[in-house]
Amino acid sequence: MSPKTLYDKIWNDHVAHEADDGTCLLYIDRHLVHEVTSPQAFEGLRVAGRSVHAPDKTIAVPDHNVPTTLDRQKGIDNEESRIQVETLDKNAEDFGIHYYPVDDIRQGIVHIVGPEQGWTLPGMTVVCGDSHTATHGAFGALAHGIGTSEVEHVLATQTLIQKKSKNMKVEVTGKLKAGVTAKDITLTVIGQTGTAGGTGYVIEYSGEAIRSLSMEGRMTVCNMAIEGGARAGLIAPDEKTFEYCKGRPHAPKGAAWETAELYWKTLFSDEDAVFDKVLTIKGEDIAPVVTWGTSPEDVLPVTATVPRPEDFEGGKVEAVKRSLEYMGLIPGMPLSEVKIDTVFIGSCTNGRIEDLRAAAEVLRGKKVKDGLRCMIVPGSGLVRAQAEEEGLAEIFLDAGFEWRLAGCSMCLAMNPDQLSPGERCAATSNRNFEGRQGRGGRTHLMSPAMAAAASLTGYLTDIRKLKHN
Amino acid sequence: MEKFNSLTGVAAPLPLINTDTDMIIPKQFLKTIKRTGLGVNLFSEMRYKDDGSEKPDFILNQKAYRDTQVLVAGENFGCGSSREHAPWAINDFGIKCIIAPSFADIFYNNCFKNGILPIVLPPEEVDVLMKDAEKGSNARISIDLETQTVTSSEGVAFKFKVDSFRKHCLMNGLDDIDLTLEKQTSIQNFEQQAAVSRPWV
Repeated sequence: MSPKTLYDKIWNDHVAHEADDGTCLLYIDRHLVHEVTSPQAFEGLRVAGRSVHAPDKTIAVPDHNVPTTLDRQKGIDNEESRIQVETLDKNAEDFGIHYYPVDDIRQGIVHIVGPEQGWTLPGMTVVCGDSHTATHGAFGALAHGIGTSEVEHVLATQTLIQKKSKNMKVEVTGKLKAGVTAKDITLTVIGQTGTAGGTGYVIEYSGEAIRSLSMEGRMTVCNMAIEGGARAGLIAPDEKTFEYCKGRPHAPKGAAWETAELYWKTLFSDEDAVFDKVLTIKGEDIAPVVTWGTSPEDVLPVTATVPRPEDFEGGKVEAVKRSLEYMGLIPGMPLSEVKIDTVFIGSCTNGRIEDLRAAAEVLRGKKVKDGLRCMIVPGSGLVRAQAEEEGLAEIFLDAGFEWRLAGCSMCLAMNPDQLSPGERCAATSNRNFEGRQGRGGRTHLMSPAMAAAASLTGYLTDIRKLKHN
Repeated sequence: MEKFNSLTGVAAPLPLINTDTDMIIPKQFLKTIKRTGLGVNLFSEMRYKDDGSEKPDFILNQKAYRDTQVLVAGENFGCGSSREHAPWAINDFGIKCIIAPSFADIFYNNCFKNGILPIVLPPEEVDVLMKDAEKGSNARISIDLETQTVTSSEGVAFKFKVDSFRKHCLMNGLDDIDLTLEKQTSIQNFEQQAAVSRPWV
């Protein structure tokens, strides 16, 4: 048998039909659904008189629109947002799918809820009408975002029409230095590949630095595979993966677990497997990074200076001019002198318990800089509960952070959590596009520890220097 | 789905690289539960001032391009969010074809589900069409899906590639779900096998 990559193996185990031209029907094991990209799909089913093919494999949770303020039981003020959430409530009931409504403690960002509840398991195919579905690749599951027409297709048939992508390996060797996190890895990779470097590929992340990450860290890495243009990101499952999954509500139990684990242990790229593209990065070369522009590829170590448009080539020259104007930055300015107004810690990239612990470690016993607006939005109700149990919430509140309820919040600002024009934010989310966090808002992406550090100084801050002080 | 066979018309130049789906349709317009009516919000933040009036400089606000059916764009068009609201807005505006050196994966897929033809051409060929598009109403570009050809206003023709299955669906306006349901037996067979080999799923 010819050697196979992890992606090859998962793909092969899910092809329900293959046409002569290579167009496949890929079987979907888990379909995650949220309120923004699903209403038109359910409506399509109704119009055609179709049902959901596999309601037991379909899991819905509202996250994009939900308020994260403590008074949210009073309902959603914005009428359109309210209708969208109510539409999901109704669709979940009408079509008989698993559902975590707004008032359920298990509610949260769909990509945090899936793994937390044990829906996401190694070797599965997972899709959702959301590009950050790549997150679930951390379990060695083939997971990617789809559009609403495809959401309807999966609801109706439990399959997707797909052609196979190419294989890309991103190997991060060695050990990370102090202050460097999973977020720095994933941003550094995008900085090197560019936002289109992964287009047409499924990326497998490997190497000692990836292996040494926790499951939370691995989810952060895979989450941003889409920002590198890849269809999906994957990390081969190992003992850490099994340990994370074991005992979760929807993970297999007893003998079923034993059988599953045997299969999961076959999920790795064979030694001689061929990758179409390989990128190797030394873990010790990665620094704590921030983004300076309006594309996630605009990444630099926090110790660097704002670049000049003429440092780039082709269409990027104009793009950088536009970015710098939008971001209000001057070439040559040290990034550490960039003053911020707001700090947002949360999102499907960095809203898990480990992210909150990292922020709390920086904030313990300290106060945020006067005048800053700082919020922490846990990724799920259960993350919030755990953070309260561990005493993290108290640290955040004492430091001057708002301690919110779970949701997507200011990552994409569909709910009231938004930036004002010109407001500059240190954010742990995944996109720094123009207007992403609110019209005219300026976003710098970074790790939770770096965002916490920025909240203390009021500037983009090198976490390593803060620690030395 | 609407069919796409051929069209001839003015093309609008949008030379930006990495045009993301937040630019194409900002989040405040994702709260709809319908697929229609988003054309007015296409490129909203680039197209309108804070008071809601048009920015005269923006390409689609210029007289020659107000009814354009073709967009010529920079690389990695449609990156970012998976929101199908992006092609819905493009389609609702009246744009049926986008030509660029590269597209983001999910956006590219979404176009085909909505009767929009995304065409990938080498950068130097896109440059020729971009310059053509800049001539405004004096220049009309032709696209023919059957022969997989784009022809500039000066008669320069470029061949493009497109997946044969997608071409077939687009030319005949076929619904994916109907096509897949014809293979229901394969799906059921797969499910029976998987119930044995991976029962925990």
